[in-house]
Amino acid sequence: MQLWLIPILPLAGFLINGIVGRRMSKGFVNAVAIGSVALAFAWVVKTLLGLGELNTAYTEHYFTWIQSGGLTVNCDFSVDRLSAIMLMIVTGIGSLIHIYSIGYMAHEGGYYRFFAYLNLFMFFMLTLVLAANYLVLFVGWEGVGLCSYLLIGFYFDKKFATNAGNKAFIVNRIGDFGFSLAMFYIFKQFGSLDFGSVFQQAPTASTAALTTIGLLLLVGACGKSAQLPLYVWLPDAMAGPTPVSALIHAATMVTAGVYMCARSFPIYIHAPIAMDTIAIVGIATAFFAATIGMAQNDIKKVFAYSTVSQLGYMFVGVGSGAFSAGIFHLMTHAFFKALLFLGSGSVIHALSGEQDMRNMGGLRSKIPWTFRTMMCAAVAIAGVPPFAGFFSKDAILIAAYERTPWIFWLGVVTAGLTAFYVFRAMFLTFFGEYRGHEHPHESSPVMLVPLGVLALLSLGGGFIPIPGFLGEFFHQKEPAENVTLMAISVAAGLIGILIAYVMYIAKPGMADSVAGSFKGLYTLVYNKYFVDEMYDAAIVKPVVNGSRTVLWRFADAGVIDGLVNGVGARARGIGDVLRRMQSGNIRSYATWVLLGSVLVIVAMGIAGGLAR
Amino acid sequence: MAGVPIYYFLTLSAILFALGVAGFLFRRNIITVFMSIELMLNAVNLSFITFSYYLKKNDGHIFAFFVMVVAAAEAAVGLAIILTVFKNRQTLNIDEVDSLKN
Repeated sequence: MQLWLIPILPLAGFLINGIVGRRMSKGFVNAVAIGSVALAFAWVVKTLLGLGELNTAYTEHYFTWIQSGGLTVNCDFSVDRLSAIMLMIVTGIGSLIHIYSIGYMAHEGGYYRFFAYLNLFMFFMLTLVLAANYLVLFVGWEGVGLCSYLLIGFYFDKKFATNAGNKAFIVNRIGDFGFSLAMFYIFKQFGSLDFGSVFQQAPTASTAALTTIGLLLLVGACGKSAQLPLYVWLPDAMAGPTPVSALIHAATMVTAGVYMCARSFPIYIHAPIAMDTIAIVGIATAFFAATIGMAQNDIKKVFAYSTVSQLGYMFVGVGSGAFSAGIFHLMTHAFFKALLFLGSGSVIHALSGEQDMRNMGGLRSKIPWTFRTMMCAAVAIAGVPPFAGFFSKDAILIAAYERTPWIFWLGVVTAGLTAFYVFRAMFLTFFGEYRGHEHPHESSPVMLVPLGVLALLSLGGGFIPIPGFLGEFFHQKEPAENVTLMAISVAAGLIGILIAYVMYIAKPGMADSVAGSFKGLYTLVYNKYFVDEMYDAAIVKPVVNGSRTVLWRFADAGVIDGLVNGVGARARGIGDVLRRMQSGNIRSYATWVLLGSVLVIVAMGIAGGLAR
Repeated sequence: MAGVPIYYFLTLSAILFALGVAGFLFRRNIITVFMSIELMLNAVNLSFITFSYYLKKNDGHIFAFFVMVVAAAEAAVGLAIILTVFKNRQTLNIDEVDSLKN
């Protein structure tokens, strides 16, 4: 079945574009980049069609990677129902975004480099999804983090972009530390890192061990999937080009944490405390990020906080035991969030780089297709039935209600906030009078076609029978349909849309007056609760200063350099002393010869003459 | 010579050697230094002959010959060096031949 072709095709694209792409024409770079991802998608489809029902995982073993003591790690790829869905999402949406990038990046420098990095990202993400053990998954995990850093800092001549890249990588690293600890514990507990082996033994392990492992894995997932308290990198990551935001920070990389938790469900099922923690972290993040998103003026930042919030929803799904609902939301979110990002990219492109919504407005008539497709995404994310977001969000909320009711109520409020901020963004951008000075022009078809495809998926994606497909995999029972709860969440969404309409279309001055009357709260929310400033003061500055004074000045320059230079200085000192022998004065030479010979004679006398 | 204790000769040899060393270290004229070197060699010759006589062996005599040969060769070479030094430095003061000094 040649599963290895799926990640290797994008890797080949990366190598070709990376090495020779600089000298080649744009057409060549396009062909290699799009071709590799499209071929990977085709191969995924072919493989899945060939595998049929997928009641059991299909594994291919390639080689033994590590064989050391008790640890054996093989490079295995496996496909089961969960990874099948992820593969389709990654390669499908990846292909669409690659096509979109042809138009978006047409006038940017470093064209070949962008596509090379994008292909490299696809390689690592596919490795992550296909992995059959924790270590190969971690390779993909780290790799996508690297590509995220490279792509966020794509405009490397802009300091804020490279800073954002650093921030993403460093905060991710903190999560990776938790993941590493989890892997150590898993190996200690189960003697293997292989999924099959670990999950088979999971029911027999102690709850304490499973809870610890689950919580450590959650730390890793928080870093990668931007949950509290490690979410701070995602809004800054908007410094990268918009296709990057769409692909990496909406559809694929940030979902790796959710995927990993869903994959580890045999561990979580037997560790209820860990699952509750996941749900609490998820809903807290969802609500927190939604409040921040309400007050942002940069269109990409609104959607960034929206991503953090929706990822929180996915974690609520996973934490409430509704793993298939969480993955379902992952899929629908990939559709409408990628569409929202690509659409905002189209808007930014139309306005020649303007991202502040206060300078937009009235674009409905000027860029109609962008408007129509983004509207599809907006109604989907707001949870309006029968579009995609409604089904997935509802499944999560119902599962949450059955386990911990307060999470349901907070989730309903957040759904209202979600609808509010998304439609606020839509109204500010597309309705009213145009407040800027540019000449908006519609984007080229190469950018519009992916938008159209994603719009269709956002509208109809809810009908893809994921919960049923995955319910078998996760051994879940179907949750009972509860019309009352559904109605409540839909109502919350509609109320959010209504409030946004009132505040931004019916009474345009109301937004500013509300902000004025709640000045303190507004300042707090607008400045993202000053979390970045707190981290800076509490963690970053002490570490940097500590490094500078203790580690650099004292340890490195003082101790190590001191030792090495000290040895050199000693040698020089001894040389200085010995130099006195070579004085140029013949009589002193004679004296030394005499002294030396006296010493030899005395030594011989003590030793009792020459040895016979 | 029966009855002259060996240590008379050896003491003489030692004193001569010590005088040679003292002259070698403390005199300024190069030629005087060379004379001291010859004195040291002769002191050692005396020592060899003494032991050879008292131990009734011929080894000491033979070695004394060797020493004399070496002394002669060394004197020849040394005097050549002194002549060259005098030709170049116009001085026989050993303290002034110090161009290797820093």
